[in-house]
Amino acid sequence: MMSKVETTDRVESRDLSGADDVLRIEDIAMSFGPVTALRSVDLHLRRGEILGLVGDNGAGKSTLVKILTGFYKPDHGRIYMEGKEVRFRSVQEARHHGIETVFQDLALVDELSVYHNLFLNREYTGGGWFRFLKNKSMREAARQYLSEIDVDVPSVDVPVAKLSGGQRQAIAVARATQEKGIKILLLDEPLAAMGAKETSLIIQLVKSLCRQTDISVIVIDHNYTHLFEICDRVNVIQQGRVTLDKNLSDITLEELIELMVQSYRREISQSAPGTVTEVSVEANVEMTVATHRVQDTERLATPTTTLKEAPE
Amino acid sequence: MRQDQGVSPALDSGAVSPSFPTAPASAASPAPKAQAPSVQDSGHLPPSGLRRFVDLHLQELVVTAVALALVLFFTVDSPYFFTSANAEALAAFIAPIAFFALAEVPILILGEIDLSVGEVYVLSPFVVEYFNNHGVPLALAIVLTLLVCAGIGWFNGLVTFKLHIPSFITTLGVTFALEGIILISSNGAPANPVGSGTLVLWLGGAVWAETYWALAILLLLHVMLRRTTFGLHTVAVGGNSESARESGIKVDYTKIWCFVLCAFIGGLIGILDGYHIGSIDPDTPGLTFTFYGIAAAVIGGTALTGGRGTMIGATIGSIVLGILEDGFHVISVSSFAYDLILGIAILVAMILNVQIERASVRGAGHGSFARVLEATFGRRRKVEMRQ
Repeated sequence: MMSKVETTDRVESRDLSGADDVLRIEDIAMSFGPVTALRSVDLHLRRGEILGLVGDNGAGKSTLVKILTGFYKPDHGRIYMEGKEVRFRSVQEARHHGIETVFQDLALVDELSVYHNLFLNREYTGGGWFRFLKNKSMREAARQYLSEIDVDVPSVDVPVAKLSGGQRQAIAVARATQEKGIKILLLDEPLAAMGAKETSLIIQLVKSLCRQTDISVIVIDHNYTHLFEICDRVNVIQQGRVTLDKNLSDITLEELIELMVQSYRREISQSAPGTVTEVSVEANVEMTVATHRVQDTERLATPTTTLKEAPE
Repeated sequence: MRQDQGVSPALDSGAVSPSFPTAPASAASPAPKAQAPSVQDSGHLPPSGLRRFVDLHLQELVVTAVALALVLFFTVDSPYFFTSANAEALAAFIAPIAFFALAEVPILILGEIDLSVGEVYVLSPFVVEYFNNHGVPLALAIVLTLLVCAGIGWFNGLVTFKLHIPSFITTLGVTFALEGIILISSNGAPANPVGSGTLVLWLGGAVWAETYWALAILLLLHVMLRRTTFGLHTVAVGGNSESARESGIKVDYTKIWCFVLCAFIGGLIGILDGYHIGSIDPDTPGLTFTFYGIAAAVIGGTALTGGRGTMIGATIGSIVLGILEDGFHVISVSSFAYDLILGIAILVAMILNVQIERASVRGAGHGSFARVLEATFGRRRKVEMRQ
């Protein structure tokens, strides 16, 4: 079923004290044998907020997402949703609590039409035991929902294979958000390997979803420029801990990059002392910042340029 | 067909319509003019009703054209082809192939294969005979036989998906095992199918009975595949089983039921054909029949890689093979040539299918013939879609 879309703007009603948290995570830890993925993660997510999650590969972002999705059970720690403690024993349970995830593979079936993908395994059916498809009402509902959230596809009847990468991502997001009772949307690198035009399409979609509905979003992305466009707040995860929690109005892109590069620099000097000079690290920092700037300019100037993955 | 309203009124010029000189329906469909490019992110033109029909059913239309061409050729070549007497013979050629093709389509859509259906076909009349000889009334014996056949399909599915054996191997093993059982139990001697009377007439004894059964099964399976949740899930599992699993579809359940269905239909054909022919032969080459069915399905646009295939297409594929076989008889060409042409047709269909699938980035929707045409006439569309 469609989620009810409210047109009222709730942004100003946002409570910064934390009472409005839709999700709160306390002291989550998890290891895989000798490898500690998460040491002690505290994190909170406000209603209607878009939270960016950044960190090196292996910092624990994916583990955290998989805990929230119900794939993994944390070793210890507590998860609260709207003030009540919850435990996810399975993916279904997490879904039941209103957490929907769009993974990188999108989980779309290329051969099926847009509306069949939107309603896959949640089909409108009639005819009792035979479960006949109500294609007409699904088609209508899909069309209506996609136009409500401003997703532009040529027709809901075309196979998903014929859509562009951005449209496919949009369909995957739409499928997650049309779920009744969705509260939190997890986006695992939604903008990776996507053209600039498509990137802005998805950014627009996620932003407008949050503006129109009660959905809160957690986005993982390696490209900080994207995060600055899409997010309200950013959390940095390093070595299994949240090391930074800032509203994006309180931090600049350069500061965030500098912060990430500092740890990178530390790692390098620790792992191979003397082999890397300070100069080359500085050059690296310059390049990283420059790359982000160039990408930003390029994206604004020529909408067809493909963004490269930001270096980590 | 409904005229699609479309979410986006502004479209890019990406969907320059390819023209298909051989497809009969496309002659009536005017090529839409390329529209002005727009900034909207749409890769494909929402087609009008007729265009969409042609788009979605191109493979079927092309194979239908081939069938019509064959009819024309044989009619011109021989005065005996287009006669009511020959229609009977034609139906007797087409119906069995169509049965096997229809039974295989869901399995092929899954990206699997069931080699054993032909041997189930050989087995089932012997099972009826066995039950009947042990005092079970004919109607009940037939029902029990069909259950036994469904059980064989269930075994196929269980071994394949619970023990993770490729379906090719599972069903190959089952094929030989069944062949052995048939030969042992019958001592290799042909028999007459048991029973007589109205029931037998209904079950294939009457001239057109098999054809009606084939049409009924076509209708049922078509509705199942296109209009039920089970059919949709079958296509989803065949298209991308990982995605299907992530959507919460019971993948193994869907697959196993497709095997049950296939073997069930195989058993039914065996009973029908037994009564139609009037004798049952343990030496019948079941595997060959299986492959006729698979060939018809492939010619009708079913992809062996999974995710694509229609019952209508498979039926038209069977009609083409049936016309070829019957036509060669009528114009007195050796049936050896039929095998040669069948072989070439399968090879050509499959080679084109695979080659064009590799050539196009994501051009799902059609089978082999249609892909050739699209590759030849529709290159502009693909190039622009990639941008």
